Amino acid sequence: MGDTSLAPTRLPITWLAIGFMGLVAAATVSMSVGAAGLSINGIVVELLDGLPGIEMDSGLSATDSSILWQIRLPRIVLGLLVGGMLALAGTSYQGIFRNPLADPYLLGVAAGAGLGATLAIVYGPQSGSTIAIVGPAAFAGALVAALGSYLLGTVGRATTTSLILAGVAVAAFLTSIQTYVQLRNTDSLRDVFSWMLGRLSTAGWSEVRSILPLVVVSSVALLLHRRLLDVLALGDDEATALGVRVTTVRLVVLVAASLGTAAVVAVSGLIGFVGIIVPHALRLVIGTSYARLVPLSFLAGASFLVIGDLLGRTLISPAELPIGVVTAFFGAPFFLGILHLTERAAT
Amino acid sequence: MSTITFENVSVTYGPETVLDQLNFTIESGSWVSVIGPNGAGKSTMLRALVGLTASEGSITIDERPVTAMRRRELARSLGYVAQTPELPSGMSVFDYVMLGRTPHRSYLGSGAGDDLEIVREVLSLLDLERLAGRPVSSVSGGEAQRAAIARAVAQRAPVLLLDEPTSSLDIARQQEVMNLIDGLRSTQGFTVISTMHDLTLAGQYADRLLLLANGRVRGDGSPREVLTIEAIERHYGAYVRVVEDADGAITVVPLRPGRQAERDGATFEG
Repeated sequence: MGDTSLAPTRLPITWLAIGFMGLVAAATVSMSVGAAGLSINGIVVELLDGLPGIEMDSGLSATDSSILWQIRLPRIVLGLLVGGMLALAGTSYQGIFRNPLADPYLLGVAAGAGLGATLAIVYGPQSGSTIAIVGPAAFAGALVAALGSYLLGTVGRATTTSLILAGVAVAAFLTSIQTYVQLRNTDSLRDVFSWMLGRLSTAGWSEVRSILPLVVVSSVALLLHRRLLDVLALGDDEATALGVRVTTVRLVVLVAASLGTAAVVAVSGLIGFVGIIVPHALRLVIGTSYARLVPLSFLAGASFLVIGDLLGRTLISPAELPIGVVTAFFGAPFFLGILHLTERAAT
Repeated sequence: MSTITFENVSVTYGPETVLDQLNFTIESGSWVSVIGPNGAGKSTMLRALVGLTASEGSITIDERPVTAMRRRELARSLGYVAQTPELPSGMSVFDYVMLGRTPHRSYLGSGAGDDLEIVREVLSLLDLERLAGRPVSSVSGGEAQRAAIARAVAQRAPVLLLDEPTSSLDIARQQEVMNLIDGLRSTQGFTVISTMHDLTLAGQYADRLLLLANGRVRGDGSPREVLTIEAIERHYGAYVRVVEDADGAITVVPLRPGRQAERDGATFEG
């Protein structure tokens, strides 16, 4: 013990490697399993063939090849971006609010996106182009909600509690409007519900392209702030006395996490629990250091959602379970188990 | 080195005046204990100095106004230990002390090359090496206080601000912490400003006591000058006896009302 304890907590490179390998394994299995089974060998060779400068014959038929490139791969990439972003945002929210129950929807992002999507579905053009405006409408709603919560929560003496309360109020307010609109337009009920429950099924490369820039920018910003999140664990006063501009750090992290969340929610709908159970599960395994949690939560969240989506599209195949149902169905019992464990550890 | 001056410093919370026109200078290398009854403004004074509470008037460190200093720069001048330091669950003592290096890091950057060395040195200095890998939330009260002081020492700031460093510790742990601070002061040359409830302890270690009451300085001088029966009765409303040893050390003994004889210095019976 002696020597090792006289060192700071760092992210061991082996853990990062394990995280990457887990993600690659989840993605590979997910590419292989489905209505049309693809051999893992074929997939690997086909993917290598796709790299510039490499010419190989995977043996996959033209149909299989197009299933891989046009259906499964974009869906998996979308799943890993959404899952990674939600888990990373959840970890970051928990860090700046010093509240283990914080999740990416804390500032009303989900309610705002829900209202935006509902308005687009109900009042948008009744044609194929509806889908094209639902995403942007959800994105706008999410941002309006987060901004509103932030402004309301920081009027006067800003505390994390006032921010959380503002988020709760804004979410309740927006949800009430959303529910009203939904009830007045029962013919769209199914579409609205289906959006709310979250899905990766309509994924194509266009969705990936639309969220990639924001997810990358947000993730990099959050990764760079991981050490400051550890300082914030001391509370505002002590962090300030250590020379940290707490308000600035909190604002930057909030903006990054909220933008990333809004972007992924706009294409995937409301996928619950990823942002809360993935960080908590990680804490049980790797401890509470944000220097470790932040990078690994992206990898773990990405793997979790890729596997969740695999279950969603295979469990009752050919029908699909909405991804939000899968994550909540497995997430809720898991979450209760963690609460139980922490309570037992505390007594 | 690090002379701290308060000039007409006031702090108000709404209609309430917490600090009222404080004026004093704290010499570099001295140990000043701020005493006074609950609500006198002791903690507020430290918070104003470290920039956690807005104040009027002027506070300077070596003639530079603290308001003109950047946050990180201020943190490199003042190491602050809160009254009840936050001990994040799951954080190791090593990582906790390492946070003291924060003011020496750039906003997003990693630390300077000597951070690890400094932290190891501080852990050794404060005899915390064997606890380095333990979660800081799981160590005893005295050890946690030592870890909190270690974090401030790792800041390499010339001034240590300690808000009630001995509260909630048993008598031996109180002594241990005070001896530790005393040792740091003489070996490392710290200027120490502490708020204290225990008047005897305050008087035994500090060179100078500042007595605050109702936000004003009501006494300023050596323990012998400040710790008088009259001052303690007037500002604390406490009934005490003050004993001065041959070497000048002051002991403040609380008395049950009516024991006038003991107060006047007669010997205890039995």
